[in-house]
Amino acid sequence: MTRLLTRLAQVSAMAVVALLPQAVNANSGMPLLHFSADSGNLPSVQRGARNFMAYCSGCHSLKYLRYERIGSDLNIPPDVLKKNLMFTSDKLGDQIKIAMPAASGDWFGRVPPDLSLETRARGADWVYTYLQSFYLDDSRPMGVNNTVLAGASMPHVLWELQGWQKKAEHAAEGEHGAEHGGGHHEGSPFEPVSKGTLNPAEYQGFVGDLVNFLDYASEPGKQARISTGLKVMLYLFVLLGLTYLLKKEFWRDIH
Amino acid sequence: MSNEGVDGNRRRFLTTATSVVGAAGAAAVAWPFLASLKPSARAKALGAPVIADLSTLEPGMRATYLWRGQPIWVVRRTPEMLAGLDKVTGDLVDPDSKVGQQPKYITDKSRALKPEYMVMKGVCTHLGCSPILRTDHPAPEIAANWQGGFFCPCHGSKFDLAGRVYKGVPAPTNIVVPPHRYETDTVVIIGEDPKTA
Amino acid sequence: MAITPNPYKTTGALGWIDDRFPLTKMWKEHLSEYYAPKNFNFWYFFGSLALLVLVNQLLTGIFLTMHYKPGAETAFDSVEYIMRDVPWGNVIRYMHSTGASAFFVVVFLHMFRGLMYGSYQKPRELIWVFGSLIFLVLMAEAFCGYVLPWGNMSYWGAAVIINLFGTIPFIGPDLVTWIQGDFVPSDATLNRLFSIHVIALPFVLVGLVVAHILALHEVGSNNPDGVEIKKKKDPATGIPLDGIPFHPYYTVKDLVGVAGFLIIFCAALFFMPDGGGYLLEAPNFTPASQINTPEHITPAWYFGTYYAMLRATPSFAGTQIWGVIVMGAAVVILFFVPWLDKSKVKSIRYKGALSKIALTIFAINFVILNYYGLQPPSDTVQLISQIGTIIYFAFFLLMPWYSKIDKTKPVPDRVTE
Repeated sequence: MTRLLTRLAQVSAMAVVALLPQAVNANSGMPLLHFSADSGNLPSVQRGARNFMAYCSGCHSLKYLRYERIGSDLNIPPDVLKKNLMFTSDKLGDQIKIAMPAASGDWFGRVPPDLSLETRARGADWVYTYLQSFYLDDSRPMGVNNTVLAGASMPHVLWELQGWQKKAEHAAEGEHGAEHGGGHHEGSPFEPVSKGTLNPAEYQGFVGDLVNFLDYASEPGKQARISTGLKVMLYLFVLLGLTYLLKKEFWRDIH
Repeated sequence: MSNEGVDGNRRRFLTTATSVVGAAGAAAVAWPFLASLKPSARAKALGAPVIADLSTLEPGMRATYLWRGQPIWVVRRTPEMLAGLDKVTGDLVDPDSKVGQQPKYITDKSRALKPEYMVMKGVCTHLGCSPILRTDHPAPEIAANWQGGFFCPCHGSKFDLAGRVYKGVPAPTNIVVPPHRYETDTVVIIGEDPKTA
Repeated sequence: MAITPNPYKTTGALGWIDDRFPLTKMWKEHLSEYYAPKNFNFWYFFGSLALLVLVNQLLTGIFLTMHYKPGAETAFDSVEYIMRDVPWGNVIRYMHSTGASAFFVVVFLHMFRGLMYGSYQKPRELIWVFGSLIFLVLMAEAFCGYVLPWGNMSYWGAAVIINLFGTIPFIGPDLVTWIQGDFVPSDATLNRLFSIHVIALPFVLVGLVVAHILALHEVGSNNPDGVEIKKKKDPATGIPLDGIPFHPYYTVKDLVGVAGFLIIFCAALFFMPDGGGYLLEAPNFTPASQINTPEHITPAWYFGTYYAMLRATPSFAGTQIWGVIVMGAAVVILFFVPWLDKSKVKSIRYKGALSKIALTIFAINFVILNYYGLQPPSDTVQLISQIGTIIYFAFFLLMPWYSKIDKTKPVPDRVTE
């Protein structure tokens, strides 16, 4: 009986822990950096859109998103859109497909996934951490690996910006993430090998812009939805007040 | 139950106010549902303006484009064809194109921005069939005074080479001219109005 | 041929209709002269709210069906098409997906109300049976709908649930193939689930709801005191002394409930339509893949309790069917509640400590089971689920005993304020 009680006590403690929000990558158990994506941050999303088209769109499509939609949502006029964001002979109403055909043999092992819903499927934290977690690894064909997605076939496309890093010596496998909460400072699982054109803070900002853009791309209607929601709530509170008064008035009959 | 102390005015006011606010809410809820039936972004993208390059179109010939799922014809009219337009004026219902079957900026009696190129929908104004281009003339089996034009096989409507309808046929109005503008001398954008500069 | 004038003496257009159709009759029977106990409390909102959510689901469902394309190749794309290209499509879709969860919240609370106040007791057994049927059909409807987006959770959820039928001895494997119309969940499966979701079950559901309400209006509503208001009538009018016309008194009261409910519902719908992964699950934003199972397959949250029981039951004698039987029995046992409760009183207010404790434990246990049904399997989860399953069944199976020996308090003649 005592054993059962002890067990139950343990279990309830575990239940409480389980309820706490945790951002742990299910793939590798790596703790993820936290990033609250904000698709309402227009300048950031605009930068992210530009950077996505410059660095990612060669291999990754956004097949559910139309150029025109980006233009109207992000306040980018059509001519700027055509000049800066649309590289191919695409029309404004087209969805963002990649230039290379899917059957091309140039892929690094597998067809790069479409990223339209990446932040909804994996979470913003995952994408944010993933893009900062490439490291040199001689055992991989491309010489690069990722702590968040081990054996990732994607090369470190952004190496010129971030520079190269390798796994930190002091961090033993599996425990290094514990104190790793806010980026590349002390306790980071990586140590720099070579500098990129951006300093670490700038690179984090760059990745943040990208994630904000992907968050936008995963649900372009989000901001409109939220602003509609605010009006709806305002209306409903008025309705609640009125119906409450109406109910009280009628129920004065009931004794 | 008793009715003592009941304030009829207050009750009436609250009932009205709640009804009005509730009805407004119901109307607001109806809006997204009705709006969802409008053409979607995909339909709009598919209905985007069409670029027509007319540089290879020979005089007297016709090119067909598809815009918003309907055929759009561009007929390159020869001087002789244009001259024929005046000869049939008396046989037409609306020779001066007074009925708004064309954009406001098309004012020429030849119903074109450039008389040489007739841009029109390939759709009969009667019941939506696609008429046949008959440039040969005379063609007494179509009309006594036929200078070339369009003949609808469905119900026999007749139009001249500016898409103007003949008298005494089922079609009531001239053929529709879609919005269009010239990007260059020979490139026309179908579905966009000329830039007002 | 002369028409017998209607007894309501209505004239004009209404009179013309009333001579031919029981419009005024129905209005009076079900609203203006349906006398409901005047002591309904908070718990009595959830019946009308369930009706509201049903209407929401039907309406948004009709519009989603206009844009959705069933089919393994088209379903996922068409959902994203709704989310992005259809004007207001995302809001309509969220109304439907959030509405599904809201339906279960409201129905769970409505059922708990019934358990609390003994609303299933004589003469309301059939109301309860119809209600249990509604719950059963609702679960089937929700499952079919869950599969339709054809995301990876949809796919594997369908695989797991359909495979439950595979546990049936002898015919199981063939049955699964027959249900799927293929060897795995596939295009054929999706199309038949679509048909069932948008045509078959909605008809059944609406029919059952009508039967549920007709049965209710035949015998009259119960109330938090469990007092039969029809026993004390005004001798002059024949109206129950504690009854008030449903319209306007409960229509205006339910409007307050509707407004309050909509505030919570719209907050979820507009500000967190994913519901932290409970309303829309992250893996379902990846198209169905026959190769990659999501790392952690969970059913929709509202199936958690029953899923926990399924997992809690060990296989025995070389078959897994026991889990399926336990899960099925957990729903079927609901139908028998009117005959399991041997208490002399209806409402928990006048029942004794035993019944109160039993119901409290049952409610807490239901929530715990639900939570653990959604956790990744482990020994701990297994143990808790097993204890929870036993408690769940004990509540019902011991009811004839504890409800009979429990000390009850005297029930007042009239409802209390």
